Amino acid sequence: MFESLSTRLQDVFRNIRGEARLTEETVELALREIRMALLEADVNFKVVRAFIDRVRDRAVDQDVLKSLTPDQQVVRIVRDEMLALFGDAQGGLPTSAQRPRVIMLLGLQGSGKTTTSAKLGRWLAKQGRHPLLVSTDVRRPAAIEQLSMVGKQAGVKVYDPAGQLDPVARASGALVEAKNSGFDVVIVDTAGRLHIDDQLMGELQAIKGAVQPADQLFVADAMTGQDAIKSAGEFNRRIGVTGVVLTKMDGDARGGAALSVVSVVGVPIAFVGSGERLQDLEPFHADRVVSRVLGMGDVLSLIERAEEAVSQADAEKLEKKIRLDDFTLEDFRDQLRTIRKMGPLEQIIGMLPGMGAIKELKQQREQVDDKQLLRVEAIINSMTPKERRNHQLINGQRRKRIAKGSGTTVEEVNRLLKQFIQMKKMLKAMGGMAGLGKGKRPNLSALKGLMR
Amino acid sequence: MGFFDKIKKSLSRTKEQFVERFDEIVRGAEGPAERSRPVDLETLDALEEALISADVGVAAADRIVSAVRQRRTRGESLRDLVKGEILSILRAAEQPASNGKTPHVVLIVGVNGTGKTTTVGKLARFIKEAGKTPLICAADTFRAAAVEQLQVWATRAGVDFIRAKSGADPAAVVFDAIAAGKARGRDVVIVDTAGRLHTRVNLMAELEKIRRIASREIEGAPHEVLLVLDATVGQNGLNQAREFMGVAGVNGIVLTKLDGTAKGGIAVAIAHDLKLPIRYVGVGEGIDDLVPFSPEEYVNALFEEKW
Ligand SMILES: Nc1nc2c(ncn2[C@@H]2O[C@H](COP(=O)(O)OP(=O)(O)OP(=O)(O)O)[C@@H](O)[C@H]2O)c(=O)[nH]1
Ligand SMILES: Nc1nc2c(ncn2[C@@H]2O[C@H](COP(=O)(O)OP(=O)(O)OP(=O)(O)O)[C@@H](O)[C@H]2O)c(=O)[nH]1
Ligand SMILES: [Mg+2]
Ligand SMILES: [Mg+2]
Repeated sequence: MFESLSTRLQDVFRNIRGEARLTEETVELALREIRMALLEADVNFKVVRAFIDRVRDRAVDQDVLKSLTPDQQVVRIVRDEMLALFGDAQGGLPTSAQRPRVIMLLGLQGSGKTTTSAKLGRWLAKQGRHPLLVSTDVRRPAAIEQLSMVGKQAGVKVYDPAGQLDPVARASGALVEAKNSGFDVVIVDTAGRLHIDDQLMGELQAIKGAVQPADQLFVADAMTGQDAIKSAGEFNRRIGVTGVVLTKMDGDARGGAALSVVSVVGVPIAFVGSGERLQDLEPFHADRVVSRVLGMGDVLSLIERAEEAVSQADAEKLEKKIRLDDFTLEDFRDQLRTIRKMGPLEQIIGMLPGMGAIKELKQQREQVDDKQLLRVEAIINSMTPKERRNHQLINGQRRKRIAKGSGTTVEEVNRLLKQFIQMKKMLKAMGGMAGLGKGKRPNLSALKGLMR
Repeated sequence: MGFFDKIKKSLSRTKEQFVERFDEIVRGAEGPAERSRPVDLETLDALEEALISADVGVAAADRIVSAVRQRRTRGESLRDLVKGEILSILRAAEQPASNGKTPHVVLIVGVNGTGKTTTVGKLARFIKEAGKTPLICAADTFRAAAVEQLQVWATRAGVDFIRAKSGADPAAVVFDAIAAGKARGRDVVIVDTAGRLHTRVNLMAELEKIRRIASREIEGAPHEVLLVLDATVGQNGLNQAREFMGVAGVNGIVLTKLDGTAKGGIAVAIAHDLKLPIRYVGVGEGIDDLVPFSPEEYVNALFEEKW
């Protein structure tokens, strides 16, 4: 149901290829699809309305560029406008002279504040800072304990004055402790609260008054729907928000709320939370979220992971092999191992264009779950080195032997060989595209081309 | 007390009014003169937007709007028609909770942070007040302090609590809890599970295993599998429901955090597409803030001006 915007637009423009201009009628048709796509991605309907008007203004009567099909051109306008909405704000934290720098996290119940506090502590420690964590959540059962545990997991010191149940005193105590003991950042976790709860919003105000944070980060769930602008707007109006952390982006939520919050509340997105593990926090990149809202997958994050998993030497070797059409089953096996190193396969697939949210995903996943990768590996392991280097040797007799040796069936061996041959063809066609891991993200345009 | 009253009572609210657009629309379309004409396009568009802003979703909103357009004849109130349409969607999804051998096993599932653990505590109290003897099982052995959190709720509710060491196999804890429930003659075993995104195949498979173990121990168990949905959730809620239904056998919904400004409209789309009934709603963080769902009250709340 969540087709990517490009697929939808391709359908709209299918019949009007070859026109020299984008006419009003065709643009209207396209705008209808864009509206639908944005609403399905949970962009607030008011934001959608304004956005559509802007795209209309830019698209109508534009010359169709020679280099692009009309649908590509409209997608580009949509992307550009969306990116413009995010401005050129950089992810991460702005510089601040405050020492210790106080960072307060706030937001609705269950959005991920406590987890993000620890993630942020870890992230700052990696940058050479000395953060101190403190919980001011005296209401939720075991909230203080939760922060102590995740803080410990993150290797970050937690300030926890036993028996102190006043949120303001806990926060100011941490500030004093930081000054005395040489911590240069204090991260203040707060209890979840509703933006319409006067009493608790007052409490937040009091904490803020006591510790004067440089950063007030609003932690928002990426799955949030239309209500996002109300809650974020109220937190901003009453307390002030300097940046947003968008959590739970590891699922298949499109994250349209990000767009709403940025355009209505006018604050930048600082970080994205992409998992429950404490390393799953990344500075925000507008282009990635835009791709995602438009249903085009998070290819850049995928590339980064690949860069982490593949050594440069390996990548160069592989690239050469592909160029020389010398890609063997052995290389194939290495690739499979690399994929497994990149993380759970389900997560990787989620980043691929068009794979994130579609219904077919379930079947796709079943075809390629991690166990299946192991079976494929077992099949390749049961081949002789000669066979691995030259798949054409593998006749019917050998297939039977391989199936038996790997505890699989001849059909599975056949399927694998067929897939391998297809892959070889595809690699050849894509030329040097496999040049991942060179640190400079080569061939991005080739990948982007595939996204279209 | 119904949940709407409960919401009103539960918090000291800001004076600010979040006047919903629907009220503006209907006010414009409910005059005697307007009622005698077919609904105009602009009104229908506005109506669609009102539904979308409650997170009902484009597809479901379109269905509701076109049903209203077809049904509206002279003199009928637009507001009543829309309410009626949504009511019939919700009623069509209603079904009695399954009964079976005791202990009755209730599995609580959902994505991260929706309110599962809190709901387990509230539900235990609710069941106890109905004169039955619940037992709570802590099968979230993953999240930091999840067991400690649930322990507090079990104490508050005054019910038995079965826990395992952190990192233990959740299915093994469920096995222990069911055995304890049987031995102690408890009526209901309520199982809290770790939050998990529906896209995580391995974690979803863990729920399948819990189900398998439960059904081996008691015929028909788990009798209820409740998906906890946060009322603020957008269109992703439909994916959640679909996946959790497929893998975990979800047969009902708990809609939490309705005390905020979000309306949880995706539950209407879910009721329509998947015929999943809403069983309870969460209206606060207190132990008594769980109320059985009533379609009538929900529809009223959906279209009430926010106080
Ligand atoms: N999948 C995923 N889960 C996350 C992410 N961030 C947080 N969580 C999970 O979301 C749930 C809620 O996280 P918490 O950190 O307890 O949320 P909170 O905002 O502190 O909650 P309250 O204090 O009750 O308001 C936990 O299960 C976390 O593990 C993320 O980026 N991805
Ligand atoms: N306002 C309000 N808050 C609620 C409601 N239900 C739960 N909460 C709050 O939501 C937050 C998360 O609740 P939990 O019960 O920990 O959620 P969970 O689903 O168990 O979270 P994980 O186990 O981390 O996935 C807590 O701060 C709860 O107090 C509700 O009905 N209304
Ligand atoms: Mg917390
Ligand atoms: Mg929980």
